[in-house]
Amino acid sequence: MNVLEPYMDLILSVVYLVGVLMFLTIFALLAVWLERKVSAHLQDRLGPMMTGGWHGWSQTIADALKLILKEDIIPAVADRKLFRLAPYLVFIGSLAGFAVLPFAHNLIGSDINIGVYYVIAITSLVVIGILMAGWASNNKWALYGAMRAAAQMVSYEIPVALSLLIPVLMAGTMSMQTIVQNQAGGFWNWYVFQSIPFSLVAFVIYFWASLAEVNRTPFDIPEAESELVAGFHVEYSGMRFAVFFLAEYGNMFVVSAIAATVFLGGWHAPFTFLDFIPGPIWFIGKSMGLVLVQLWLRWTLPRLRVDQLMHVCWKIFLPFSFANLLLVGLWVVLKG
Amino acid sequence: MIDILIQAIFWLFVVLTVGSAIVVVFSKRIIYSAFALLFTLIGVAGLYVFLAADFLAASQMLIYVGGILTLIIFGVFLTAKIYGMTIPDQAHQRYLALLPVAGFAAVLIHVLFSADWNLLQSTAEPTTENLGKLLLTTYLVPFEVASVLLLAALIGAMRISRPREEDDDR
Repeated sequence: MNVLEPYMDLILSVVYLVGVLMFLTIFALLAVWLERKVSAHLQDRLGPMMTGGWHGWSQTIADALKLILKEDIIPAVADRKLFRLAPYLVFIGSLAGFAVLPFAHNLIGSDINIGVYYVIAITSLVVIGILMAGWASNNKWALYGAMRAAAQMVSYEIPVALSLLIPVLMAGTMSMQTIVQNQAGGFWNWYVFQSIPFSLVAFVIYFWASLAEVNRTPFDIPEAESELVAGFHVEYSGMRFAVFFLAEYGNMFVVSAIAATVFLGGWHAPFTFLDFIPGPIWFIGKSMGLVLVQLWLRWTLPRLRVDQLMHVCWKIFLPFSFANLLLVGLWVVLKG
Repeated sequence: MIDILIQAIFWLFVVLTVGSAIVVVFSKRIIYSAFALLFTLIGVAGLYVFLAADFLAASQMLIYVGGILTLIIFGVFLTAKIYGMTIPDQAHQRYLALLPVAGFAAVLIHVLFSADWNLLQSTAEPTTENLGKLLLTTYLVPFEVASVLLLAALIGAMRISRPREEDDDR
């Protein structure tokens, strides 16, 4: 054991990274299956029922295997270098967000001082990756999708950042673990129920704006199947397409997990007598709950037009976020 | 062992920064220059982390990668004939260019040798709190001036991009 002592940090980091990758893969398989089941049941269908026996639970595993075995096709007119690079950029941007997610009080990649800010910053990679994919595909639908995605993600970053500032303001720190620790002791101490109604408004704005950040309905115009076929990844197939898909579902989890961390008490149980249930279960459970809401909204709401999208962002979310920020600042000062 | 690994990561960021910067300058296709700039900016952010400037590194990613580079790429997309464009690669006024280049190199070398490179002896401390305090006390006026300037630019851009009203009447 003494031989390994100096390398413990390194070994633990590698183990954690592998664990996160496995978690992301399993989550994506589960979420895709859930997406199909939820959509089916909302539309009074059954969805996949055959593969694996019980309610087609292994359908997405079979689909993933199919994608891995598929031939890797690069369109003749595509820009080969950028076409190959783009999926990895999007995936790295998504995976890097996991580094600061606090799964439990002792289970976090890195509890850096600028946790919340880091997540907002690192997701910039996703925008560039999507632009690269759209351009390299040399396809007008892909380019339209990429341009829409970039415009939308850059715009909605502002309400997301402003509403994330509210828990930061109340906690006085950007470290994810400290924010969670400040919400200990029952659900009434969660930041979403503090300084009512401002943080509730912030939570709602964050949730809606994060839907736009991850290109989900009602803000899914970058991928609108009925007008753009599939948006920026229309030319991708096989494993590269799977990487895009993994990144997209990873992003869904990251934005939900951030909401669970800063607004819903992270790994804390809603009642203190439930503390015997381990933190990761609460954390993943809260995040999965929000992911389910995302699925539910996707199959319930129609898609917004581009101008409506920008209207919602700049004329509704932004003024409310600014007013909210001022009022919470006042609340924090008065509370002392 | 860990030190060697940290050194290796440091040099990885150095190579990433310089290597992609060379692509930015010498690439014949402007789209490759724009995308190579991404790796230069990431490399610089990584070097900021090695200097214990965590907030600066995240800001570098958010502002340069998320904002400025996205705008540059949009600009490149709007350029006509991105692939067919021939960037003139003949050197004009080669000897005249030597003057400013040599002058700039002299300034850089002078700074390199005259600057007081004091290494931080203590372990890295978070910088966010001090930065925030300084921005709202000592540097409040520059901060506000920059904000008003950006707001004016934003309103100006909106005014220019809107169709003019007299155009609608025709």
